[in-house]
Amino acid sequence: MQSMLHITTLHYLVLGAALFLLGVIGVLTRRNVVIVLMSIELILNAVNLNLVAFSRLWGSLHGQVFAIFIITDAAAEAAVGLGILIAFFRNKETVNIDEVNLLKW
Amino acid sequence: MFLTHIWLIPLLPAFGAAVMFFFGRRLQKATVSAVCVGSIVLAFVMVCGAVKQYSAWSSTDANFHQPYQTVLYSWLGSDTGHLTYTMHDGSPASFQADAGFLLDPLSSIWLLFVTGVGMLIHIYSTGYMAHEGGYYRFFGYLNLFMFSMLTLILANNYVLLFVGWEGVGLCSYLLIGFYFHRKSASDAAAKAFIVNRIGDAGFLLGMFFIAWYFGTLRFSEVTHIARSGRFAIGDPIITAATLLLFVGACGKSAQLPLYIWLPDAMEGPTPVSALIHAATMVTAGVYMVARSNALFVLAPASMKTVAIVGALTAIFAATIGLVQNDIKRVLAYSTVSQLGYMFLALGVGAFAAGVFHVFTHAFFKALLFLGAGSVIHAMSGEQDMRNMGDLGHRIPITHRTMFIATLAIAGIFPFAGFFSKDAILWETWSREGGAYRFLWYIGYATALMTAFYMFRLMYLTFHGRPRMDHAVEHHIHESPKSMTWPLVALALCAIGAGWLGWPHSLGGSDRFTKFLEPVFAGEARVLQEEGRTSQLVAGVEEERNTSTEWLLMALSLCAAGLGWGMAWRSYRHADKGYIEPIAAAAPPVYDVLLHKYYVDEAYDYVFTGRRKLGDVRLGVLGLGAASAWFDTHVVDGAVNAAGWITRLSATISSWWDKWIIDGIGVNGPAIVSRWLSYPARLFEWGLVQWYALVMTAGLVGFVCYYVYH
Repeated sequence: MQSMLHITTLHYLVLGAALFLLGVIGVLTRRNVVIVLMSIELILNAVNLNLVAFSRLWGSLHGQVFAIFIITDAAAEAAVGLGILIAFFRNKETVNIDEVNLLKW
Repeated sequence: MFLTHIWLIPLLPAFGAAVMFFFGRRLQKATVSAVCVGSIVLAFVMVCGAVKQYSAWSSTDANFHQPYQTVLYSWLGSDTGHLTYTMHDGSPASFQADAGFLLDPLSSIWLLFVTGVGMLIHIYSTGYMAHEGGYYRFFGYLNLFMFSMLTLILANNYVLLFVGWEGVGLCSYLLIGFYFHRKSASDAAAKAFIVNRIGDAGFLLGMFFIAWYFGTLRFSEVTHIARSGRFAIGDPIITAATLLLFVGACGKSAQLPLYIWLPDAMEGPTPVSALIHAATMVTAGVYMVARSNALFVLAPASMKTVAIVGALTAIFAATIGLVQNDIKRVLAYSTVSQLGYMFLALGVGAFAAGVFHVFTHAFFKALLFLGAGSVIHAMSGEQDMRNMGDLGHRIPITHRTMFIATLAIAGIFPFAGFFSKDAILWETWSREGGAYRFLWYIGYATALMTAFYMFRLMYLTFHGRPRMDHAVEHHIHESPKSMTWPLVALALCAIGAGWLGWPHSLGGSDRFTKFLEPVFAGEARVLQEEGRTSQLVAGVEEERNTSTEWLLMALSLCAAGLGWGMAWRSYRHADKGYIEPIAAAAPPVYDVLLHKYYVDEAYDYVFTGRRKLGDVRLGVLGLGAASAWFDTHVVDGAVNAAGWITRLSATISSWWDKWIIDGIGVNGPAIVSRWLSYPARLFEWGLVQWYALVMTAGLVGFVCYYVYH
């Protein structure tokens, strides 16, 4: 009998989808830029989870390597995003994303 | 020794003038007199020595009748040809003027009487000016004048002569305006200077013509070229040059129409009138024309002009002199008239006779002026003859010496004026077969008038009833010795100076003409040839007829006697309110003469523009007004118009920039693109999370699309 605890690819994908959903909701609803950035990390990690899950399913390392690239990329993106955020805060003294609207037409 | 140091002659008075200029203010009057009179006495001695040496020098075979020349240095230009120009025929010439001196019979005569009369007048001035302010200034100017005059006489070229010419003009200006606090004096000085400048312009132009035509301005070279026969008689350029030179002479020697300054020049102190405006400076024009005789004989038209202008001036000034009441003005018009005689002589070709009259005139006219000065001195400054009378026995020396001078100028035998005036009249009568005989009548009438106005002056001043105030009458006194002594010396000359030219017809030898022969000999030949041709044309062959000459002499003696008689009849018993015979006979004529033919007024209308002709102003001031009008309206109008046009174009340009360039060119596309971009802008409303929502929605949309298809 198959153990109830056997974790299949489907579980991973569900988890990934849940994480993704959490991330998207965070991005769309939170006003604090820091939290928006954190939510973006969640989305990226959801993608990573999918990549790694499919990598295991297909017995190929390509997906894992790609995941490592994305982690690196996420680190860079977080650094750039926080840098912009600090510059923005110095100008506006706020981290409310609604006030980031200088480029509106 | 005198001859080689001839340059010292002008420098001596220059030294005196320099001392007065630098130290005069601090010097005692006695020192001033010693320096200034001393320098002229020394100059006179040097002149006598130089002339004596020259006559010895020029009678040697080697230098027979040659002029003595000495060049100190080249003053303008040089032998290396730095100042070159092209002559009329295209050949190059170099402009050169030396500080060079020329002594020949002509300059000898001028030197002798200028320094001689000048010396006497200097001595006279020490008495006359004794109580005046500016003593050193007066003598400094006099010495400066002597320097300029001697430079003028001794110059060996036209340029240096011109320097002296301007120098005497300057001194004349300074001395006429000596009483500069008097407006009339400073006006007269300015008038003399300006009128002289007009003549000087002519002189300069004449000089340019000579330089252009002869390539040199040295008298000896110009004379040599002119006598060489290179130029024909009547050459138009030479005629123009000589006419222009004569314009200069007209200014300096007060001939029509430039004589107007000389009567006004009487504003100066009387010794100045005697020295400058009677004896010496005003004869500079005669000297210049005589010096240029070689040119003048080549231009018969100029000669004729000179003769006619001279004769007209003689009678014109004499008529004015008939009625003037200011003692000095009578003498001034007399001077103008006598200068006219001199030019008449030059014009008819009798250069020697003209120079002879200059020579004798210098003595008797200086004497007349000095005598008048003595009268004025005695009369406490009164110059109007209407307020004189009966001075004869109160100032006897002045009276007697002036009487001698009057006899001389009236032409009574055997005083100086008789010989020179008679020589002129005789030459006018006989020259060129009688071609100038019509001028003789003018000269003769002038002689009559001369006698009349001179004896009128004598009778009004020294005879008749006393007409002055008691205060003045009480103060009348004979002048001091320093003034009477020169009068006596000049009186001796006025008697004897004419004897030098005692004519052949009266058994004399006419040494004066003979002495001048080296200067005028060449001319006599040319003129004789001309005269012969015109005689042939006229069909008359007249000998120099001694009996005719005697007849003319007798006639002019009659004229002098007649003038004397008329003056004697009219003025002998002149009392207060005496009647002028001319005023009684023809009041309008008298009025015109008294106002000097209204020439000054006419000049004011026509040349100076001080008076308006209706609403129009002519002359210099009119020219100034017209120029001012032209400047404000045309020149400034053009400037303003240029400014106005600039402003207009700037206005248009800025309007164009604002509305066309900026409006249509720059703002137009911007407005269009703003308008066109409106729909695109609707997407950019500025809320980041809405963008994210749209993206998410799109993503969900795509996913749904792919899942269900």
